[in-house]
This record gives sequence, structure tokens and C-alpha cells, in this order.
Amino acid sequence: MNDRDKIFTALRAAVAKKEKPADLPELPLDDFISRPRRGAGDWADFRRNFEAANGDFLAGGPDLRSLLEREGAKLGYCPEDLRDIISPHLPEGVELRSEFNRDEIDEFAFGITRASHAIAETGTLVLTDQETPDRLGALAPWIHVAVVGEGNLIPSVVQAIQMLPADPNVIWATGPSKTADVEGILIEGVHGPGIEACFVLS
Amino acid sequence: MASQIIDNYAAELLEDVQQSVRSGSAAGTEKRFKVLFEDFPEADRMRKLAGEVKQHTLDHLDEYLAQAESALEANGAKVHYAWDDKAACGKVEEILQQSSAKTVTKSKSMVSEEVELNDFLAQKGYDLVETDLGEFILQLDGDHPSHVVKPIIHKNRAEIARTFEKHGLGEYNDEPEVITRRARSFMRKKYLAAEATITGANFVSAESGRICIVTNEGNSRFGLAGSRVHIALVGIEKIVPRDIDLSLMLNLLGRSATGQALTVYTEFISGPKAAGAVSGPEEFHVVFVNNRRTEVLESDCREILRCIRCGACMNVCPIYRQASGHAYRSVYPGPLGAVLSPLLAGAEGFPELADLPKASSLCGACNEVCPVDIPIPDLLLRLRDRGKKEHAAKASANTPPMGAWAWVAQSPALWRTSLKSANMLNLLPYEKIPFGPLGRWTKDRTLPPWRGGKFRAWAKNRKKEAK
Repeated sequence: MNDRDKIFTALRAAVAKKEKPADLPELPLDDFISRPRRGAGDWADFRRNFEAANGDFLAGGPDLRSLLEREGAKLGYCPEDLRDIISPHLPEGVELRSEFNRDEIDEFAFGITRASHAIAETGTLVLTDQETPDRLGALAPWIHVAVVGEGNLIPSVVQAIQMLPADPNVIWATGPSKTADVEGILIEGVHGPGIEACFVLS
Repeated sequence: MASQIIDNYAAELLEDVQQSVRSGSAAGTEKRFKVLFEDFPEADRMRKLAGEVKQHTLDHLDEYLAQAESALEANGAKVHYAWDDKAACGKVEEILQQSSAKTVTKSKSMVSEEVELNDFLAQKGYDLVETDLGEFILQLDGDHPSHVVKPIIHKNRAEIARTFEKHGLGEYNDEPEVITRRARSFMRKKYLAAEATITGANFVSAESGRICIVTNEGNSRFGLAGSRVHIALVGIEKIVPRDIDLSLMLNLLGRSATGQALTVYTEFISGPKAAGAVSGPEEFHVVFVNNRRTEVLESDCREILRCIRCGACMNVCPIYRQASGHAYRSVYPGPLGAVLSPLLAGAEGFPELADLPKASSLCGACNEVCPVDIPIPDLLLRLRDRGKKEHAAKASANTPPMGAWAWVAQSPALWRTSLKSANMLNLLPYEKIPFGPLGRWTKDRTLPPWRGGKFRAWAKNRKKEAK
């Protein structure tokens, strides 16, 4: 008997031992939405929750420009389809590349990619493989800017689960990469971005 | 009569370790309480529902595992099965060989600790690196996690700084930020060099075949972005029936574990990378591991398999806070470990860990904080019972012999006389009490005065007065 058969045989025997198997409960999904967090479920709520998770909410082009200036960013990853949107807001002398070169991973100060949605309740950005041509470009640079359409805001986690895109890899990012492994002290930018920013596209 | 092993461990624990563990776990408990109940005043109802969902899944696990397998395969995943620890390690090695992978990144996985995957692959000559900061430090130290969520809760910054210095990761510097940056720059080279990456899974949806992995550091994401082959090692109990169950579980998991509404990175993986995507694995393997889970499912402690590894029970446990995770002498510490570890040890290993179910005051806090409402105190009692029935020596350590008590309790006259005559104990100082185990108890506690017979006298007089 192979391991699969062994496991299924043992499982059937174990499961049969319970006289009254538990029923699958109906889920009152509405109760799984945190009202204080979601609020009206609009962009103001997204912003509040995103900033509470230490995200950088960029209210417009000037905010993007000052973020890049403040961080002294010179080189960034930006897929071709976002170039025209982003270029007008770049400080002088900042270069965009549409290919993320693995050999120069530390050269890239920022990465700009599309988020398919945002979740208001938790201040979360939803990234997919289909809209993030290179996962590394959204992860390796110190700054990640997610560009999300104004119409793509989902009010709650419950709804976001129901709307999970048909994509082999969907990732929800809620603020910058962080750890509290050393003595419980919060440090941001462990492996992923130390600055997670959101740029809303009207 | 020997003391309990865990008591001895707690007594010998270095003070700064005990301090780290106590403050770390207390902080976890406070954060959980604040965030969970501020966000969800009805959180207790959610815990009960989540428990029902998981229990239902376990009670039909044969069906859901088969469903998950089909869904995963339809998504392009390769599904494998491992009966025990050896098979799990063997399966991972086989996949690595087939894809000619030699360098491997790995993100935190408790089941990999169970099957001792790291040691196995190191012996076979693979270059495997743990990418979670805490787990990386443990790997450098040849140490093991002492908490399921905060693996290095028992270490302080000075110890970590010395470890980094010893392993050539810069001069001694104990600033947490410096430690983190050094790990960051070391690890990114590894991510890019690795051909394969190994992860665990927090949940698997039988409906869609999505596996869900949460991390705060982004290490699993980086592992998946850097390598060609993804191997997910998954305990068979990780399944939930529907995608929508994930909303309930995720709402509870982050809040219970770290007091976060959501963990920073919540990843839903249903297959190899999308066509046209530059980075991401070309192969996606899921290894379902049994390693005695079917035995646990067959036992009267099956509820423990609901566990989603949030660590809330260890944070709140007075014994864990006092003794730390390594005192449990097994992969899973705290109240979870006190139940699960003796069960996963199998019939031959059970006696060795039969004292763990006694590492509890049965205060019930673990059940109260459990996001899937596992009746841990009940399960501890069942395991104590099993230990006694199987005459495991460790199950009786530090337990007073109850033979004399049983003899007295069987005769009403004897019982009455004993109650009254024991009043003489009040005249004795504690250390003179002629009963060994009581002395150990009174070493740290005050005994109330003995009031033998008082209640009976009161009840008798009350009857008379009523007439």
C-alpha cells in the first residue's frame, strides 16, 4: 500500500469512529466584518487602517515626488504600462526600468506595481501575479508603491475573500514587512519593503 | 517520589530567559485581548463557529482531503503524501533531486520541525537556510523554537548579537535594527541563489485548492519569488472546506497570534506562476503529511487537531510563562504541546511525555483564548487518565499515593473521625506536617487552617433550627 492509500484507509477508519460527526455551520458572514475598522468602507477608512499599519498613503503626485526625494531614490522598477502615469511625478534625475535585473537587486530603490484591489477594513493592498509582472520588483526594493484604481476598493475582508481573483498567486500586503522576533521590538523592512506606499488612481 | 520534570526545568531556568518569556507572552495576551474585542465584541461566538468549522472538517477529513487533492491538481499542483516523518523527508528529497535543486530557502513550518527536515537535508548535503529571522537565528545556534509564533522568545539581543558575530555576520552589535538589516542583506543573496523553496501552509481550501500562508517578514513571498520550485509541507489537518471559511480563520488568526487584524503578508497560492510572469515557481508541490495525525483523530483527543498554531494558549498559560517552551521537551510547547506532543509521540513515545498533561493548573485560560475553541483542559484530563491507566511512571511523578485516602473515603465513620482528628494539624508548624507532598506544596504557599467537621456540624444544626 502506498502512503496515499495508507492515509486514506486510516482516515476512513478514524472518521467512522465518531458517532455524531459535527455539522458544517452556516457562516453569518456579516458578523465577521469589524464595524469599527471598516466604518463606511470608503477610501478614508482605507487610509486610516493603512496608516495604522504604517503604510504611506500618497494623496497625489506631489506626495510620490516628496517620498522619492526624501528617501533619495534614484532608480526604480516600473512596468511599461505604468510609466506614463508615474513619469510626470518623478523628481529630477530618477530613472525607471521596466525590467527588474536580479543581479542588481540592491540598485533598485523603489518598485512601482499595480494592485488589483485595496481592502478598506484592514488597509490591505491586493497584488496578483497577472498584474505584477515581476514579484521581485514589488518586494526587493526598500520602497514599494502600489498603484490602485479608485474604483477597486473592497470594503471588507469577507468580501475580499469572496472576490479572490482567479490568479495562481494572490498576496495581501498590509503595511511594510516587519518583525518583532528580537525582544518583541518592532522593526520594519525585514525582507520586503521598509516603506509600503499606496497611490490611488482616479 | 520525583518532582515533575517541568517544575525542575522552571526552577533551573535562567532568570533573564524567564523574564523574556514572561514579558513576551504577557504582551501577546494583552494585545490579543485588546484588538480582538475592540474589533469584534462578539469574538467568542466567532471562536465557537471556527471550532465547529474545523471539527466538521476533521470529522469528514477523508472527503475533504480527497477534494483538496483534486482541486490542487486541477490548479496544476503536484500532490504527494507522506505517512510519517521519514516519508516526509524522503519525499522532499525526491522532489529536490528531480528538479536538481541543491540550494533551498525555507520559511517557518512547524510540521518540518516535527519531521526534522532541516537535519535530514543538511546530512544529505543540501544548503538549506531558514529565512524567518527568528528561525534563522535558531538555525545558526543549532537551537529549536520555544514558541510556535515567536520562535526565539527565549533569547535576548545580546545572545543574538554574539551568534551573528560568531557566524561572520558583522561585529558585535545588539541593536535589533542592525541585526535585522544584516539578516536582510545576507538572505536576499540566498533567495536569488536558491533553486527551491520550502514552506508550510496555514490553511488549504478544499473548495478551490488555494493554500494560504501568512508571514510578517515577507520571507515566504521572497522565497517564492526567487526560486523555481515550491514545496509546501502540509499537515493533513490544515484543510478548511470552503474559501469563505478563510475569512473567519484569518480574522481570528492574526488577532490571536500577534494582535494584528491581518498578518502583513497573507498569500493565496493555487499553482505555479502565471503564464508570462517573470518570477515565481514553475513547479508547485504539496506534500500532505500524516505523521500520526490519523492516530490522534482516532483518539478521544481529536479536537486538538483543530489547532491553527496561533500560540495564544502558550502566551496566556501560567505554566508556560514560568517554564518556557523548551521545558515541554518536544516540538509543540504550552497547553497545545501538553496535549499534542504526547499524542504525536505514538504508543512507544507516550510514556516519555506522559507528565506533560500534568503541566497545567487546569485554569482553563487556554480554552478561553483558543480561536478554534479547543477544550484543552478536558483533553489534558483524558491524557492524565490514559497515563495512569497505562501505568506510565512519568504520569505519576509528584502525585501523592491516594490509597489511604480511598480507604478512608469509603467508610462514613472513618471519614468523620479523620476530619475531626486532622484538626490537630493546626497545632503543627508546616514543616512538621507528616505528609511529604504537602510540604512541597506549602513551600511556596500558605495553607488555610484546617476546619475538619465544621461544615457537617453547621448542616446538622441548620436542620435542627429549621424544625
